[in-house]
Amino acid sequence: MNFESFDSFINMGGHGLYVWLSYGVGLCVFVIALTAPLMKRKSIIKELSQLQRRKQRSLSSNENSTGIT
Amino acid sequence: MKWIFFHKLGSPKWFFDISGKFLPWFIVIGISLLVIGSIWGLIFAPKDYQQGDSFRIIYLHVPAAILAQSCYLMMAASALVSLVWKMKLADVFITSAAPLGALFTFLALFTGAVWGKPTWGTWWVWDARLTAMLVLLFLYFGVISLQTAIEDTLLSSKATAILVLVGVVNIPIIKYSVEWWNTLHQPATFKLTEKPAMVPEMWIPLLVMVIGIYCFFSAVVMLRMRNEILMRERKTKWVQRLVSG
Amino acid sequence: MTDMQQNINLIQVLKRVCVREYLGASRHRQAFINPLVFFAIIIALFPLGVSPDPKFLSLASVGVVWVGALLSSMLSLDNLFMKDYEDGSLEQLVLSAQPLYLIMLVKLFVHWTLTGLPLIIISPLLAVMLYLDFDHLPVLLLTLIMGTPVINLIGGIGAALTVSLRSSGVLVSLLVLPLTIPVLIFSTGAVQASIDGASVNGYFAILGMLLMLAITLAPFATSAAIKLSVSN
Repeated sequence: MNFESFDSFINMGGHGLYVWLSYGVGLCVFVIALTAPLMKRKSIIKELSQLQRRKQRSLSSNENSTGIT
Repeated sequence: MKWIFFHKLGSPKWFFDISGKFLPWFIVIGISLLVIGSIWGLIFAPKDYQQGDSFRIIYLHVPAAILAQSCYLMMAASALVSLVWKMKLADVFITSAAPLGALFTFLALFTGAVWGKPTWGTWWVWDARLTAMLVLLFLYFGVISLQTAIEDTLLSSKATAILVLVGVVNIPIIKYSVEWWNTLHQPATFKLTEKPAMVPEMWIPLLVMVIGIYCFFSAVVMLRMRNEILMRERKTKWVQRLVSG
Repeated sequence: MTDMQQNINLIQVLKRVCVREYLGASRHRQAFINPLVFFAIIIALFPLGVSPDPKFLSLASVGVVWVGALLSSMLSLDNLFMKDYEDGSLEQLVLSAQPLYLIMLVKLFVHWTLTGLPLIIISPLLAVMLYLDFDHLPVLLLTLIMGTPVINLIGGIGAALTVSLRSSGVLVSLLVLPLTIPVLIFSTGAVQASIDGASVNGYFAILGMLLMLAITLAPFATSAAIKLSVSN
């Protein structure tokens, strides 16, 4: 352990601002990198399944119409 | 020679299945290594005798910089594969890795600037390494914008592959010229610390962070590649089955 | 039929490409004059924006002239392949039996004589307006003569990659400018060395190397990109 107290850990020997600024931005970068593709995946699956449902609906309605005539 | 493995690599479906198995492991290992490494580096590593505690930025800065540079090399390797063997997966890799490379180049530049303030007294120095990283960021931007500008998927991935290869031929020249320029314009070079090698207590957390960031990168690239594959293969049966199921 | 094809040999094809290029340029003169005017405006804006002090300007002149030359040669890249792509003659060039590499090299050379040379011719005038010493003008000219072809050759790759796009505008500059940094560094370095009284041989050796590398490698990438753009 390098620091005597929690305060000195936050202070980082006077360089607290710089250290925490970089680690803060670093955390943001990692979080963005990980969550962006996860959210994209959800929207892709949603979009594709909607597309599929629409196609099936139009297919079945086609069958109905041919059945009637 | 068994080429089955090689051919399998070209199949998006095979990659999709395999990456699904490995993905959770990479995410868990990557994130835990990153957490362990940064806690180790922030709390337990001894402080630098010249720079004090501000040197702890190294545990973020160096892994990001290493990854940013090697990401471009990986893209160049797959650009070669894509142009020579016309492998679909290589195109997918380039598309998925470029934004990540840009993101980590930005992180390396940002942490470098923040680190520069307490050590050099300024946020930005036209130092050879910083300038070369800035040029690398521009190269990434070029790749990303070419990719998004061309709508046809096949055409855009081939064009991007050519651009990446042209870039990788240029990178050594750019690096060398920037170094030369730097020694010309700036006789008083800034050196980080003039001391022998790092003590093990300092570099072991750094190693942990580097391995962690590579695992994290692999995981995120796989996630992005899987998305890209879903979009590109949306008309195939296996994707439709997957989506409906 | 086959006799006819054999009769048109490589030299003739290259000659025709040359003639066609000059003919096209003479019909669209404005497209080649505009970048020159742009170049002059950049040079004029600089003293207005920063400082008209002769001491400062003579220090900055080399860099300003070179950055201006870089930016204005980006402007002329748009009309490198665009017309040929639109009227389908680019496709004919790709389909022709002659090596596309040489055709591209000739095309780029002609383009350089139309854009790079005029730039080099007016640059002494502008450099003198920025108080660059007369003694160093030959060095500046020589760096421009060796450097602008490299910029054109690298620019050709960017233009070829984006030729199928409707509006490539800024994109080409974005792709090409980072790759031209070494040319900028060594060219301005050479003039700076001459001002400092140092030897310029090393710089010109490296500029020559860059030029040779660009001549040998860039047309390969350009023709690959052209084939790709035409195939769709």
